[in-house]
Amino acid sequence: MESANELLTILPVIIIGTAGLLVMMVDAFTENSRTAYWITVLFSAIGLAVSVNSLFGPTGTSFYNMIAYGGTAAFGAVLVMTGTLFSVMLTREYLEKTGRHIAEVYSMMLFATFGMLVLVQSNNLVTLFLGIETMSISLYVLAGLVKDEKKGVEAALKYFLLGAFSTGFLLYGIALLYGASGSTFLVDIAATDEKGLIYWAGVALLLVGFFFKVSAVPFHMWTPDVYQGAPTTITAFMATASKAAGFVAFILVLSRALPDVRAEWSDVIWLFAIFTMVIGNILALVQDNVKRMLAYSSIAHAGYVLIGFAAATGAAYSAILFYLFAYTLMNVGAFGIVAYYEWNKGLDFTEIKNYAGLGYQQPLMGVLMSVFLFSMVGIPPFAGFIGKYRVFAAAIDEGLISLVIVGVLASAASVYYYIRVLVYLYMKEDEGAQVTLVKPGMLYSVTLVILAVLTLYFGINPGSLTDLLLSFKDAAY
Amino acid sequence: MLEQYLPVLILVELAIILAIAFILLSRLLGPNRPASNKLGAYESGMDPIGQARDRYSVSFYIIAMEFIVFDLEVIFIYPWAVRYQEFGEGTLWAMMLFIFILFLGLIYTLKKGSFDWDTEHTATRKPRL
Amino acid sequence: MELYWFLGLSAVLFTIGVIGVLTRKNAIVIFMSAELMLNSVNLSLVSFSAQLGDVHGQILVFFALCVAAAEAAVGLAIIIAIYRNNLTVDVSKIHLLRW
Repeated sequence: MESANELLTILPVIIIGTAGLLVMMVDAFTENSRTAYWITVLFSAIGLAVSVNSLFGPTGTSFYNMIAYGGTAAFGAVLVMTGTLFSVMLTREYLEKTGRHIAEVYSMMLFATFGMLVLVQSNNLVTLFLGIETMSISLYVLAGLVKDEKKGVEAALKYFLLGAFSTGFLLYGIALLYGASGSTFLVDIAATDEKGLIYWAGVALLLVGFFFKVSAVPFHMWTPDVYQGAPTTITAFMATASKAAGFVAFILVLSRALPDVRAEWSDVIWLFAIFTMVIGNILALVQDNVKRMLAYSSIAHAGYVLIGFAAATGAAYSAILFYLFAYTLMNVGAFGIVAYYEWNKGLDFTEIKNYAGLGYQQPLMGVLMSVFLFSMVGIPPFAGFIGKYRVFAAAIDEGLISLVIVGVLASAASVYYYIRVLVYLYMKEDEGAQVTLVKPGMLYSVTLVILAVLTLYFGINPGSLTDLLLSFKDAAY
Repeated sequence: MLEQYLPVLILVELAIILAIAFILLSRLLGPNRPASNKLGAYESGMDPIGQARDRYSVSFYIIAMEFIVFDLEVIFIYPWAVRYQEFGEGTLWAMMLFIFILFLGLIYTLKKGSFDWDTEHTATRKPRL
Repeated sequence: MELYWFLGLSAVLFTIGVIGVLTRKNAIVIFMSAELMLNSVNLSLVSFSAQLGDVHGQILVFFALCVAAAEAAVGLAIIIAIYRNNLTVDVSKIHLLRW
């Protein structure tokens, strides 16, 4: 009976894995992408419900301590499943309208989600490595989904080459930490007494590997290319679920494996946070392509999250988790609307100049875009504001005043490029080619409305979620 | 000192003698009917004469990739099989699950026609986008 | 003491891999260099494992090999797709996406 209980601790992983295989078989035998879609939505929804339920369950470790469940790991699963469910729901209509609807998309998305779930639950460097790689390899495929579109395949190539490169660093870091501590379990690494060259080299390489995966400057080069080239709803998936999973795993590694050298890595992350915020925001300012702008903005958001890592207290970690949740909601939403504009063919609707005057044509889409962009700026009463505020507050408590000042200035600068989209949508005259926007499908609009409502709800009423996240403190750290 | 290599020497000699004997015997006893087909590449092999940088059919690469992936399952099965007595029967089902998942992968590749060498067939199949 | 020879060799191979990734232009050669990085790490893992008398390192090597194989399968497919679209695998000539 013991092993059956252990299986329950990874229930979301099992559900998603089964769904992935099922969708693969549906694709092999019927090639019916509608069926594949509904199976995916159903199982993702079940997975989300199960992981939300496990938030309130016990915490502990299972499978010979390979897996941690409950607490931060459970919330990581919630983040991943939220990102997956909503991007899957947007994917069908986008791909159908652009004529690329294939059932493989869903099995690859589910396998990527499988990797992310393993990643957020890992309690050992081996499971961590496998989770990251399952996720990454599926994402390489997803980026190059459309075989005959040059940009997409180019994005896949760049993602793949740099991903393989960063895997080398990550694995080398794991190997050296294993050599220094004699174990791959996170808690055993924390208990290392001898901290020689091997140990520090291992820590440094592990950090580099993670910086690649969460696209911190200067390891961000792949992000804009991949986010621009990949199909838009897939970009939403990559930008939210995989980012969130990477950050949650980063929390687990830093808080469980390296707590006693906190002073050292916190200084390093301080530096990277500043670089990431400043460079991400500056480069976002000069973009004319909306997808690329959102990619740089996601780098900037990674910078804000890194502020929380520099603070590295329980409060900061809970703030990061909240920030990631808000980030997931608003980014899936924003990419979803870009995807909607994109399927109205005729113009390249990822270029900002083609957005002129579109806000009035489909008022609902315009309003939703405003909600998501205002939330990204960090304007109350949206969830993005609460997330940013809580991360900054946690950093101030730790005395990182200069870091917070840079953060606030950077987000002030970010107002320009977010509002610029809205200026084009509402205040520019539509010149030249008149485009009549097609009405989005019912489910598509409903998905986006749900995202906007959640963004608003957690902006106005964050209390219950933040209390829950703060209660993890004892369990996870 | 060198005496211990005597068996090797004997083996080498035997090999040479046998090889020469076979060639001579087949020359002397076998029928000799030359035909142009006999000079071609064996079975599905490629013509060995020509540019080394020709483009090969992509099917070779697909088979190679699938070989790599399915080949590597053995590195998990082998250590498990060696220590099976200690691991107990429960691990048998875990390994069955592992192989079952790989089997699903095999069914998928079969159904998607990656083992179809008949180019005419693959060309007329409807494009899947 | 012997351990350091293996670690040194592994570090040298890893560096060769890194230099290869950073300096070469052919996508396949870049990918081979990345694989060299992974395999040099495997050497480290095995030597640590032997030194510590602990089998976990070797098990991680199995997984790393498997990941490398999966990466190779996906990567070669992507490179074939790149070749079909651009008729080249020279990464300096593939630059639709920049800035």
